[in-house]
Amino acid sequence: MPLSIDNLISARAELTDNSSTKCPVVLMTRIRLARNLASHNFPGRAQAVERREVFAQCREAVMATKALKRGVSMAVNELEPLHRQVLVERHLISRELSNSSEGAGAIINKDQSVSVMINEEDHLRIQVLRNGLQLKRAWNAIDTLDTALEGTLDYAFSPRLGYITACPTNVGTGMRGSAMMHLPALVIAGQMEKVVRAVNQLGMVVRGLFGEGSDASGSMFQISNQTTLGESEVDIVKRLQNVLQSIVDHEMNARAKLLETNPAKLPDKIGRAYGVLKHGHIISSSEAMNLLSLVRLGVDLGYFPDELRTGIDRLFIEAQPGHISHRSGQKNLNSEQRDELRATHLREEFANFTTPGYASAVGEN
Amino acid sequence: MNHKVHKVDLCESCAQAKGVTDPSGFSLADLLLKASLNPEPDTVTGLRCEQCGFTPEEFKKTGRFGCPQCYETFTDIVSPMLDNMHKGTVHVGKVPERALLRKQLHDRLHNLETSLSEAIKSERYEDAAKFRDEIVQVREEAGLAPTPTS
Repeated sequence: MPLSIDNLISARAELTDNSSTKCPVVLMTRIRLARNLASHNFPGRAQAVERREVFAQCREAVMATKALKRGVSMAVNELEPLHRQVLVERHLISRELSNSSEGAGAIINKDQSVSVMINEEDHLRIQVLRNGLQLKRAWNAIDTLDTALEGTLDYAFSPRLGYITACPTNVGTGMRGSAMMHLPALVIAGQMEKVVRAVNQLGMVVRGLFGEGSDASGSMFQISNQTTLGESEVDIVKRLQNVLQSIVDHEMNARAKLLETNPAKLPDKIGRAYGVLKHGHIISSSEAMNLLSLVRLGVDLGYFPDELRTGIDRLFIEAQPGHISHRSGQKNLNSEQRDELRATHLREEFANFTTPGYASAVGEN
Repeated sequence: MNHKVHKVDLCESCAQAKGVTDPSGFSLADLLLKASLNPEPDTVTGLRCEQCGFTPEEFKKTGRFGCPQCYETFTDIVSPMLDNMHKGTVHVGKVPERALLRKQLHDRLHNLETSLSEAIKSERYEDAAKFRDEIVQVREEAGLAPTPTS
């Protein structure tokens, strides 16, 4: 098992190697479907025997699908805590699953764009990731996978309530579509509170990088649909797309306005962030996120070449504590040791970066 | 802005202090759950899901149900809650056609088998033969091997 995870981490991944330049404000799109088997208790209620039974049945069905035929299958209780943390940091499993006991696991495809969790809150949590803003593509991919699974698994489904889920907040489509958005200018301009309120009123939710209760380090926000019953998947995708596009427009306007009202402020922040990343020796994970966020903004504004965006997006993941420990090969690092190793890794990466040219104008993307 | 320096440290506490995260947005679903459950306990005491043994009290504690059957058992609690929580009250999205078709065929097969054994018991052999033929047909449709009938 550990070998498979190491292979997975070193493989090229959708999120770390294919950053989208079409819509730089959106780092990644994700759609997940919650599904349950008709004749079994939900994972939270099921005893170990039933959980194992469900795991075996779902695993077999998932491994038979085209998307996951050559995927890596893992049982959570057989994974080292550090590997679990790395998978959480890569958004491949949830924190809830990483803390689960017997009968919980995940199957992940090689480029890590598809992951299916078994016995998390629901029997199945199917997830498809795409870089950039690609909601429709993500929906098409997950719809195909879900239909393949339904060929062999008897889903809990009611004509009136749709897909039946452990939590009533997910019944109906069982679908949550979300986008990870980088909104530094809205944060600097102090407009995020307004955006959060508006988004809530439209039936959408704003969360931090790692979901419910997580913070907004690096000006990263997850925006997703709140409701799942009474609206079709395609309509949810359309509505979400409109809301996301309008947030992208607001962010771009905020950037233009910041540059117009105080032209030196953004380049100053970006230049300082670049300096610390290139020369710092102690960097916490939260500081790294905020610095990388500013340099990413620098790429969007044309101060750095476009190709660097992919590298920065990879560093957002590699600067997380689990990844730093995993890279070092040492299990029991304390946070001070990690902060030094993180700074070393960032220095090495930034040594290869082109020196910024600040003459470029406003991000017009 | 306005020639003032704005510090942007987005650790959790700073973000909250700056209003970057909105706690009400995070727990809206939980609030709705609690609000719709509050008047319930007295009227539903003693109710228990036959399938998994779940009670409304346990649901109130965890916010999760025990099994798919709970949605039928606790329909009086579920319905108003879903009304508050979602955009509509009826599913209008994807339907798992193949899984539903399989279920229909299995249910039909089960009914035919019951009818067959009743017909044999009451010596209605003509009916029995009819049910047997239908069973073969349904099993074929469901992709199951034909059962030996003798």
